[in-house]
Amino acid sequence: MINIPIKSDTYIINANDFSVAGKVSSDIKKDLKKLGIHPKIIRRTAIVCYESEINIIIHSIGGKIVFELYEDRIVINSEDRGPGISDIELAMKEGYSTATNEVRELGFGAGMGLPNMNRWADEFRIESSSKGTLIKMTIFL
Amino acid sequence: MKVSDIKNILDANVLTCNNIDKCISYAFGSDLMSDVLAYINEETVLLTGLNNPQVIRTAEMVDVSVIVFVRGKQPTKEIIKLAEENDITILATDHIMFTACGLLYSNGLRGLDEQ
Ligand SMILES: Nc1ncnc2c1ncn2[C@@H]1O[C@H](COP(=O)(O)OP(=O)(O)O)[C@@H](O)[C@H]1O
Ligand SMILES: [Mg+2]
Repeated sequence: MINIPIKSDTYIINANDFSVAGKVSSDIKKDLKKLGIHPKIIRRTAIVCYESEINIIIHSIGGKIVFELYEDRIVINSEDRGPGISDIELAMKEGYSTATNEVRELGFGAGMGLPNMNRWADEFRIESSSKGTLIKMTIFL
Repeated sequence: MKVSDIKNILDANVLTCNNIDKCISYAFGSDLMSDVLAYINEETVLLTGLNNPQVIRTAEMVDVSVIVFVRGKQPTKEIIKLAEENDITILATDHIMFTACGLLYSNGLRGLDEQ
């Protein structure tokens, strides 16, 4: 039954909450370790999850990450409530960023987040409107 | 080289110590965490001038277990606690990034583009 997840968790992510940035990805990573998933798969999952977590915090007004583990793959869904990305093609370019100085001081805002997700996920799908952004990333086991 | 060699070469302080005998062949120096997330794919020592908890989080995501803070940056208690929780060794050196990287390179560490 390949379409029923073995494990599924939803994590709420608040906008502008830098103090816990990375906590969700860290929890997901620890869960995957316990499940004995291959370290390279864990690392790629952690990276795409972390970049989406940071993006929800710094660019959106809040959202969630839904983690799903299937027999043959991991799916990370990142969903937020806006303001959305008006030009996705531009946002996907390496180096393009609208991040504030505060975010840059944290070491982010280099415009490499979406390219990193696209790079480390086997499948990357993004949809966005003023109501929010939806990113689905699949990593095959 | 071992983490203890890195400590000696950089004249560094060890602030959290879990794996001083660990062997490392590669180093990556950056203040941009997304670059770390883009390039690191091996057991690597991370050198950075950035001093905040996101450094530890980033290292955790890519399985980096040794971080060197350069330019005399002193990590906060929060950073040290997070590093301890994740079994990450932190070193701190007064050398600037360029010098620290140069010293490690001339002693045998290599860049990730030289694999
Ligand atoms: N969830 C999001 N909501 C709104 N805008 C976003 C979102 N994610 C990314 N963006 C836009 O796309 C740009 C590029 O994103 P990214 O590649 O992650 O770089 P960075 O986060 O470093 O700016 C951001 O600067 C922002 O303008
Ligand atoms: Mg980003």
